Amino acid sequence: MAQVPVDTAKVARCRALAASVAGDVQSFIDTHTTLGVERTVARAYGVTGADPEGTPLANALVDRIHAQGFTGHGVAYFLGRALAQGEASIQEAAEALAYGGPIAPPGEGPGLEAIRAAMAAPTDVALARIDGARAAREANKAGHGGLGPTPLKYVIVATGNIYDDATQAKAAAFAGADIVAVIRATAQSLLDYVPEGPTTEGYGGTYATQDNFRVVRTALDEIARETGRYVQQTNYSSGLCMSEIAWMAAVERLDMLLNDAMYGILFRDINMRRTFVDQYFSRRIIARSGIVINTGEDNYLTTADAVEQAHTVLASQFVNEAFALRAGLREEQMGLGHAFEIDPWKEDSFLLEVAQAQLVRQVFDRHPIKWMPPTKFKTGDIFQSHVHDAMFNLAGVMTSQSIELLGMFSEAIHTPLLMDRYLAIKGAKYVFGTARHLGDEIQWKPGGIVETRARDILDRAHDLLVDVEKESIWDAIGRGAFADVKRTRTGGKGHAGVVRREPEYTNPLLDVLERDALVPGRG
Amino acid sequence: MSDPKPEPEILRAYGDREGDGMVQMSFTLRILPGERAREAAKRFAEAHGLKEPLVTSMEQASPEHTYFVAYGHSVHSVDASAIHVEELGARELSRDDIEAQLKALGRKVVIVGACTGSDAHTVGIDAIVNYKGYDGDKGLESYKGFDAHNLGAQVENAELCARARALGADAILVSQVITQRNCHKENAAALVAMIETNGWRHDVILLLGGPRIDNKLARELGFDAGFGPGTLPRHVAAFVVEKLAERETAPVRLKPR
Repeated sequence: MAQVPVDTAKVARCRALAASVAGDVQSFIDTHTTLGVERTVARAYGVTGADPEGTPLANALVDRIHAQGFTGHGVAYFLGRALAQGEASIQEAAEALAYGGPIAPPGEGPGLEAIRAAMAAPTDVALARIDGARAAREANKAGHGGLGPTPLKYVIVATGNIYDDATQAKAAAFAGADIVAVIRATAQSLLDYVPEGPTTEGYGGTYATQDNFRVVRTALDEIARETGRYVQQTNYSSGLCMSEIAWMAAVERLDMLLNDAMYGILFRDINMRRTFVDQYFSRRIIARSGIVINTGEDNYLTTADAVEQAHTVLASQFVNEAFALRAGLREEQMGLGHAFEIDPWKEDSFLLEVAQAQLVRQVFDRHPIKWMPPTKFKTGDIFQSHVHDAMFNLAGVMTSQSIELLGMFSEAIHTPLLMDRYLAIKGAKYVFGTARHLGDEIQWKPGGIVETRARDILDRAHDLLVDVEKESIWDAIGRGAFADVKRTRTGGKGHAGVVRREPEYTNPLLDVLERDALVPGRG
Repeated sequence: MSDPKPEPEILRAYGDREGDGMVQMSFTLRILPGERAREAAKRFAEAHGLKEPLVTSMEQASPEHTYFVAYGHSVHSVDASAIHVEELGARELSRDDIEAQLKALGRKVVIVGACTGSDAHTVGIDAIVNYKGYDGDKGLESYKGFDAHNLGAQVENAELCARARALGADAILVSQVITQRNCHKENAAALVAMIETNGWRHDVILLLGGPRIDNKLARELGFDAGFGPGTLPRHVAAFVVEKLAERETAPVRLKPR
């Protein structure tokens, strides 16, 4: 096997450091909530619909509570109190709270015990919806032959119109894609609400909405029936509505979600506190639903240098893993991300790419690693670009990456056309087939370029984690330790939506998600 | 080596022999593979001016689409002598020339860059502004004479204006990567309109960049210049210093703070 020597003691120290980093943040998470979290709770309890202007009821409800300064009690407190006072359903309670007169202050009316009792049955219903969707997805997958061989071929569609997306998704599935992601419209991560209904206008992608999820799932189910092959569906649990989208994906039977503990902070300038609290609740739901996350470390190498900053990717993977473990995810759900982004004209850059891919594979041996294609050095020369992608595919198959987002030869030009995707899949099929067992047949030269590079990355990742642990992740991000991007605790978008939990904070759904989670300690 | 032959006035595609007009095209049609599909692809190529097209590949790419590659002799030609393209005014300047000119201005030149509107793709603005630069050419941050600020992605026009005013920007660089249905044009034009309405268009150099941007388009949208693919930081730097040198002969500048 083309393994690289890995200092397992050093890997264990990296894990311990990352656990400490995440633990420091967890004490903040456990004492705070956000508008996004509370909207998710409302939706999970069945609050649905929007007013004629398109403002979702979940937003109207939570904003009303927030405007009165009561967010720290949790939306479930008020829904439960309304039920205990005789409202017939969650939906009616939500409408009355959102659109009625001022909400009575906490402490008035039924007490905490009565509120919790009133929320017991709705909590069961909310969990049953997530569990039922998970069971349906797994049955659907098993009924269509499970998953194909790795690397799984992952492609994106991004037309802006969900119905065109469905056509493109079916075409991709026909051509042999294993996973289809609908790229989100570029501005969505900064929207503090999730749009309603199916959408046909988006730039750079298509809005993530619950109806849009359903349109694509339906199309992929159709093609699975026609081809006998299950195709996984992916979307983005990120931005200011990170946890709401996680819930929508969970109940609409999505298979994967882009979900990262730090991506929003670094690349969308979303407030740190907001992101840490949101990622936790989103991952609690994801853990329950069995969705596989894809983390976004690949992005670090698009802004920072891929040779110099490779170790920051590995360090961040340890951190993402630590946060995910604290949210109850199994390692088999953690598609930690990295990328093939070194300057292709640099001599032996292929060996450097292979070294990192192999190292990541071995360090995270149970994780469905997500491997991202070259983008930064792509140009409008589609023919050269296709060759570049072939080298990426070769590195992917020889190092047994789990999920591979296929490179597109038109990467630097436009969102993929149908034929671009077709040729990308064809190229990947060829390389994956022709080099299927290459990794089993070769050994790296002891002390050679690959081994040396792998050792160096682990050493530097370890040193970075030592620093981060010492200064805390808050300050590490503050000085630009990841992706050369600097952020502050109270800067960025969405900070106003972070609220300290009151002693009476009520969130029975989270209580059950935390209680039931199987945290898989690593022996 | 002999001197290259002069450029011909009439340009035709060159493949194997002078004047053969050889080009390839690839496309997808909503028809399933077969002889009818091959004929459809051939006629499609002919309709684009390809003589004797050869359909070299025909593969089903979706439940209802077929992907084709075709080669043929393009009948079209271009009269090169009739081409007049709006060229950037700036000369090629070396880094040292630029620093020298900046020094001569006697102050730091403030540059504010952003990827505006919904656009989240910072690769272009990062390549121009950030220290690291692109393709070995260091970014504007690396120049002693520039005070360069990269505001990043998804910056609204109003926010960009506010920050640019507060920083006393001499030049604003706008990057637009996403071009679906011409959203980049609308957004860029809206910025120019906003600055004009607020009465400080003449205080600032406005530059637009992106993969679908060229100087002509940028000028049409009201910018001072446009920069397309292949632009290096020093190209932008050269334009800014030359433009400033022109302006500072009669400076009417508003510098807040």
